[in-house]
This record gives sequence, structure tokens and C-alpha cells, in this order.
Amino acid sequence: MKFFAFIVVLFTGALLIYGTVDMPNWGDPNSPPNSHVSPRYIEKTLEETATPNAVTSVLADYRGYDTLGETTVIFTAGVVCIMLLRRVK
Amino acid sequence: MKERYPDVTIETICRLLIPPIQLFALYVIAHGHYSPGGGFQGGCILGASFIMMFIAYDIGEVKRKMQEKLNTILCSTGVLIFAGIGLICLILGANYLDYGILHNILPVHQAKARALGTLGIEIGVGIAVTSVMVSIFLNIATAGEHEGEP
Repeated sequence: MKFFAFIVVLFTGALLIYGTVDMPNWGDPNSPPNSHVSPRYIEKTLEETATPNAVTSVLADYRGYDTLGETTVIFTAGVVCIMLLRRVK
Repeated sequence: MKERYPDVTIETICRLLIPPIQLFALYVIAHGHYSPGGGFQGGCILGASFIMMFIAYDIGEVKRKMQEKLNTILCSTGVLIFAGIGLICLILGANYLDYGILHNILPVHQAKARALGTLGIEIGVGIAVTSVMVSIFLNIATAGEHEGEP
């Protein structure tokens, strides 16, 4: 069973590494995120969200769903801590 | 629970430092639109001020001010504010967490409504992070046995 798990881990790792082959180079100015997404955020953030801080507008507005997940992770950490450690007499 | 050794220096310094720290934390949360900061950072600072209180004073004394039940409720309230604002957008007919639609119920134009929606979720994140920090510290520092603290 352990050997089977090792094979699965090896296969998944190889798949992930194979997936990175197609990725654009680090910091490539012509990659799709840098040529479409980032300029749009920088140009439109004040006009669309009335927020001068682009980091906040991306974090909480354009990528709000991501931040909801992060908050849920923190909440889960707190709940698990209570469940594991709290002794109620 | 370990015995407590009262120390006038630590108590006085904490008494002086905690109000400015909490004020600064609220500033970091509320001013996230204009300067570095936001819910996570401000919530961490606010949680750290409560942890400082736990270190300097008796745990039971602080638990009388910041009750454990209230703290646990605040954990979920923060996430609920976040998800609730997203749900309001959904009910009003936009996508989930698309705050632009909030201009229908708020007396501001669309861009400002997005800024207010962002502020709302930052406050939710701040509440959740603060109470989770306090809860984790309280449970780890006492190994979960802080029931009958005087």
C-alpha cells in the first residue's frame, strides 16, 4: 500500500513538473498576465473602484473570491484549534 | 495553570501601550484604501494587543473583558460579514462579490459603492483575524484548560 502511495505521489509530481514546462518565463513582459491583466488593473483601478491603493482593490475587489477563501482558511485554523485543544469541564 | 507574578513595570507599560496599538490597528483597517494595510494586517495588530493584555495581566481578568463566548462568535461573524456582503450582491442581481451593484441600496455612485463594499469586507476580515488570533493564543498558551480561571 505504501508502495502504491509512493507511485501516486511520484506520478502527480511528474505531472505538476510537466505542467510548468509550458509556463511563461519568470517576469516575462510579454506573458498574458503582464500584457493584459496587470495594465488593466493599474489603469482602471481608480476609475472603477475609487481606491487609490491598487493592492487593496485587487485583493478585495477583483480577486475578492480568493480573499474569501483566505479568510475561511484562518477561520478553519481557529475552529480546529478550539476543537483539538479546548477542555470543557 | 502557572502561578502569576504581578510586575508593576510590565503592567504599567502595557496599560500605556495597548490603547495606541488598538487605535493604530483600527487605523490600518480603515485606511487600507489609501496606504498599505487592510483587514489581515490590522486584525493581526489588534489581536496582538489582546495577546499583550493576556501576557501582562491575569487570563481570567482579561477573559472578563473579552469573553471567550463572544470571541468565538466574532470568529464566525467576520467570515459571515464577508460572505453576507457577497450574498447581498447576488440577491441584487450581480455576480457574487460584485460590489458595483450596491449603488442600488447605497446613496453613492458605482465606483464609490465598490470602495464601500471593499471596506465592508476588510472590516469582516479584521474581526475574523483578531478573534482567531486571540482564540489560538488562549488555547495554545493554556493547553485548552482555562475554564475556571479566577
